[in-house]
Amino acid sequence: MNRAEREAAVRRIMERVPPPVPPELYGEVVRRGTRMLRRRTLARRLMWLLLCAATVAFLVWALMARPWVEPPSQTTPPYTGW
Amino acid sequence: MRQRQASQGARRAREFEAFVAGAAGRLLHAATLLTAEAPDDNPRARRLLTLALAHTYACWDRLRGEDPYDRTRQYLATRFARAAWHQYGGFGRARPHPGSPLARLAPQERLILVLRLYEGVAEEQTAALLGLPAERVGTICDRATATLLHPPREPARTVAGPKVAPS
Repeated sequence: MNRAEREAAVRRIMERVPPPVPPELYGEVVRRGTRMLRRRTLARRLMWLLLCAATVAFLVWALMARPWVEPPSQTTPPYTGW
Repeated sequence: MRQRQASQGARRAREFEAFVAGAAGRLLHAATLLTAEAPDDNPRARRLLTLALAHTYACWDRLRGEDPYDRTRQYLATRFARAAWHQYGGFGRARPHPGSPLARLAPQERLILVLRLYEGVAEEQTAALLGLPAERVGTICDRATATLLHPPREPARTVAGPKVAPS
């Protein structure tokens, strides 16, 4: 028995009894798929919202703290009165 | 805008229904072979197929010309490969049903045999899908074929009943 015959025999064994497809399969698939899509949309929206909130928070902090302004010197006292 | 979305949704539902009507029988057969359940009592195969088809439904708009059957089969195979080790591992877990033709094979052998011979996926693609070397896939496929065609003899059962002790 060569390879092709063996493979054909195995195929015949496997194709013997096809199981019946349950009629409620399509409804169940669509229900689950819709739920999956809805969850993905929700997650995407949540992510965008979080990103926007983080950007706004950073901008507000930067405008309040002004990290680009040189801080006043701590060691040399300011020159006054000369 | 809303109307266009609605018509697109209707078209998509029609296409998906046609796809399921065409592909569900063959995919369910493959899933039943994978889980080694009886053809008329296959809750785990149905669950596997439902999840795979739901995944295809969720990414139906992003297929971009890819074959949905191929995508569903890939998802089915990888999900089975991930789930197999804890579903068949220990004691009291799902045992292969004796009515299934592949009952005497291990889950990995069933997976490779179904992909290679029942679905006709090439050896290299199967190897890439499962993350195995191609030679290993070939070896497992040959071994599974041999086991299926020439089943090893059952270990000799001990005869029930009281043994006569030689005096």
